[in-house]
Amino acid sequence: MGEQDKVAPQEQAAPKQPWEEKPVPPELKDAREHPLAKEIAAILPDAVLEAFELAGQVTVTVPRERIVEVGRACKDRLDYKFLVDLTAVDWKERPEGRFDVVYWMHRFTDSARLRLKIKVADGVEVPSVTGVWKVANWMEREVFDMFGIYFADHPNLERILTWEGFNGHPLRKDFPIQGIDTGAAVYPDVYPPGGGPVAGEGGES
Amino acid sequence: MANPWIAFLVVPLVKIVVILVAVILLAAYLSFFERKILAYMQIRIGPNRVFPRGWLQPIADALKLFSKEDIVPTRAEKLVYLLSPVITTAPALVVFSVVPFASATTLFGLLKEPVTPYLTDINIGILFILGVSSVGVYGIILGGWSSNNKFSLMGGLRSAAQLVSYEVPMGFSVVAVLLMAGSLSLVKIVEAQKQAGVWFFLPGIVAFFIYFVCGVAETNRSPFDLPEAESELVAGFHTEYSGMKWAFYFLAEYANMVVISSVATVLFFGGWLRPFPNVAALAFLDVVPPFLWFAAKVGFFLFCYIWFRATFPRYRFDQLMALGWKVLLPVSLANVMAVGLGVLLMGGAR
Amino acid sequence: MTSPEVVRPFPDSEEMEVSFGPQHPATHGVLRVMVKLDGERIIDAKPIIGYLHRGTEKIFETETYNGTIPHTDRMDYTAAATNNQGLVGAVEKLMGVTVPPRAAYIRMLLAELQRLSSHIIWLGTHALDIGAQSPFFYTFQEREIILDLYEEYCGARLTLNCMRVGGQPFDLPEGWTGRCKAFVDQLPARIAEWERLLTNNRIWKKRTVDVGVISAKDAIEWGLTGPPLRGSGVKWDIRKVFPYDHYNEVEFEIPIGANGDTYDRYLVRVEEMRQSVRIVQQCLAKLPDGPVMAKVPKVIKPPKGEIYFSVEGPKGELGYYIVSDGGTKPYRMHVRPACFINLQALPEMVRGLLVADLIAVIGTLDIVLGEIDR
Repeated sequence: MGEQDKVAPQEQAAPKQPWEEKPVPPELKDAREHPLAKEIAAILPDAVLEAFELAGQVTVTVPRERIVEVGRACKDRLDYKFLVDLTAVDWKERPEGRFDVVYWMHRFTDSARLRLKIKVADGVEVPSVTGVWKVANWMEREVFDMFGIYFADHPNLERILTWEGFNGHPLRKDFPIQGIDTGAAVYPDVYPPGGGPVAGEGGES
Repeated sequence: MANPWIAFLVVPLVKIVVILVAVILLAAYLSFFERKILAYMQIRIGPNRVFPRGWLQPIADALKLFSKEDIVPTRAEKLVYLLSPVITTAPALVVFSVVPFASATTLFGLLKEPVTPYLTDINIGILFILGVSSVGVYGIILGGWSSNNKFSLMGGLRSAAQLVSYEVPMGFSVVAVLLMAGSLSLVKIVEAQKQAGVWFFLPGIVAFFIYFVCGVAETNRSPFDLPEAESELVAGFHTEYSGMKWAFYFLAEYANMVVISSVATVLFFGGWLRPFPNVAALAFLDVVPPFLWFAAKVGFFLFCYIWFRATFPRYRFDQLMALGWKVLLPVSLANVMAVGLGVLLMGGAR
Repeated sequence: MTSPEVVRPFPDSEEMEVSFGPQHPATHGVLRVMVKLDGERIIDAKPIIGYLHRGTEKIFETETYNGTIPHTDRMDYTAAATNNQGLVGAVEKLMGVTVPPRAAYIRMLLAELQRLSSHIIWLGTHALDIGAQSPFFYTFQEREIILDLYEEYCGARLTLNCMRVGGQPFDLPEGWTGRCKAFVDQLPARIAEWERLLTNNRIWKKRTVDVGVISAKDAIEWGLTGPPLRGSGVKWDIRKVFPYDHYNEVEFEIPIGANGDTYDRYLVRVEEMRQSVRIVQQCLAKLPDGPVMAKVPKVIKPPKGEIYFSVEGPKGELGYYIVSDGGTKPYRMHVRPACFINLQALPEMVRGLLVADLIAVIGTLDIVLGEIDR
């Protein structure tokens, strides 16, 4: 059987190992003076709206309209040739914009990684970065599918994980975990739309 | 024989029945042996449930296939669809009419006069075999086309191209044997090997390898089994076939395997002769009846077929065609010239 | 996607559009590829995915952190241990937890055994697609022993759920290290056997050399990671660059290829298997004593913030991006799936090749639809 808490033997003399102490979470620090943020600010002044650092990872917030310009500068001039991840977060009802679109970039020269973030309101377009990093193609399709964020100038913005004709954006916070009635139910008397046979509970339809 | 009815009707009928039954049973059991041998080569056991230890598996399969529903796709060309398996299977069985299984024998003294254990020996035996077995290609193309299925069509076309391409080097390698034997009749080819004292395998080794490789390609077997590649075209030209019609295609494939093996035995390995037939020191081997020698050699080739399937990956289609036309054809042509020169220098056909 | 025009052999012949899948013996799950063919030549290929989408990222938002771990098993179901490793590593980084060395070594052992298991599946099925039917059985025989080892450790063969935030749930059972050592000591001989069947086989080489070539520059452009990237010559492995779990204390090499074709990716993965064996042997030799669980609270509540953590899974870089709002359930947990991004490069690699090569390239990308569709 597993032991959830195994405490080291009490030794007053020997120092405690880090796993025997309570974990100390990393602190959120302002990172405007961090070298990675300063590099961007040097090339594109007032593109850096905010900058934070947590556990060694720097996040820089840039304006939504300038994301392609910032992306291209990062790729061509700062060497961030590799876009590792592109995703979004839904912060319902926030004054500066409901969604965060997050770009996580990497450069091979010194293995540095940097996160770019833009804040987008519901219904507002985001310029697509497929012209900068080709890999963003499917990633943006997935963000469109899951969140409903529209990417302008995307070569092929279709739903990717759900099917054509699906109405709804599953990862939004107002999309219920039980699923919605999409009209795709095959046996509606056994598995009624909006929930499974167990009343109230059930997986996605 | 006094009574012409017996000589010209009853005896051949008996032979036809025996050969057909033997070939069909052999083809069915070949499927069983393939599954078992393939399994043992792949660290598993193979069919072992049907009493006893799996030996009645082919019978069980045949019964199952007979009782299956006869499905014809709605938009298939019905007559052609139903006839195609027949067009493939019939030639494969007809070819056995000229293959010599053993020399004239009295069945251990049971019969008053020796009987030839093959149906007939026409003087254009090899030509007959090559011609008739080529008719089988029609069945594959028509089957693929009439199924009204893109995958089947592609499979049928590929198979047709493959079969036609590999006929040519096969023909040339057979020519090399004909040069050495001096006759097209299969029985005379075996007797020529007896006269020469050595199987034609040794002087004609290049021809033998070309013949066998082309034979594997002719029967759509690994590594040339792209037309029925499961992982690409689902099942190629026989995708839409099920039940007895599919069984016919497979019967044809296994019968073709036996044909190629038998012809290879007759042409290159001395048919029913024992190794080194004229060397007196090995006369003790004569206790083994000729038919068993023939069967052992055919069995060895069939084992090779199964061995290839377990070992090699599949050729891609363009590489397959390139192999046939760019490699095998020139080599077989050169071989014909070399053998012809050799025969000339050694003073004529043996 | 703009693409270079393929030279068509008969420009006025009609294109045939064929749908490979979603039910097909060789597309490794429910993948559908719409292929435009001109005879046998592929003009374009468009993968259509989503048949296995289960809403994993939405489910993550309703589970506690330790409760999300079984869901990660089901994503890349051939490599459950590395999925788990990514998730618990990310949460631990956000919380500042240091894992005891024994637990870290056990994690490395499980992850490397998982890499072996995943590459074994890849080798068997890839060979089977190309037509060699026997290596499948030989490789799966060895995989059975790995699965037995997993079953002894955590009770499951495939969906392991074998790690927790802060360490390991169980210590290694009695005799496990001995059995594991006996297994990996005989594995290099087995790998040599499999190589004897394939590596120098003419037909294998004809089917895989110069098939599905992608240059290093294109590989980086298209975001490939893992063996597809290494096969193109880029020496990149998360275990070496951002080491986690004491990978900096074991010695191993990163194999890279030269041409970026299928044959190179095959050689890279086979060599990776040998390097994994090396890592497992070193871990078994160096396994320290001690506790297997750090002192973490019973209820895992990371502080507010966001973090990205990645591990080198058998398919490539598997990353987890976690946004926490200070509660017991993640606010947003996004998975960076290696196979999803590798599959995106399929049209690039396949344009201009023949139909049979499409199957070879799908096999060489080593995709698992569970991770692609989540």
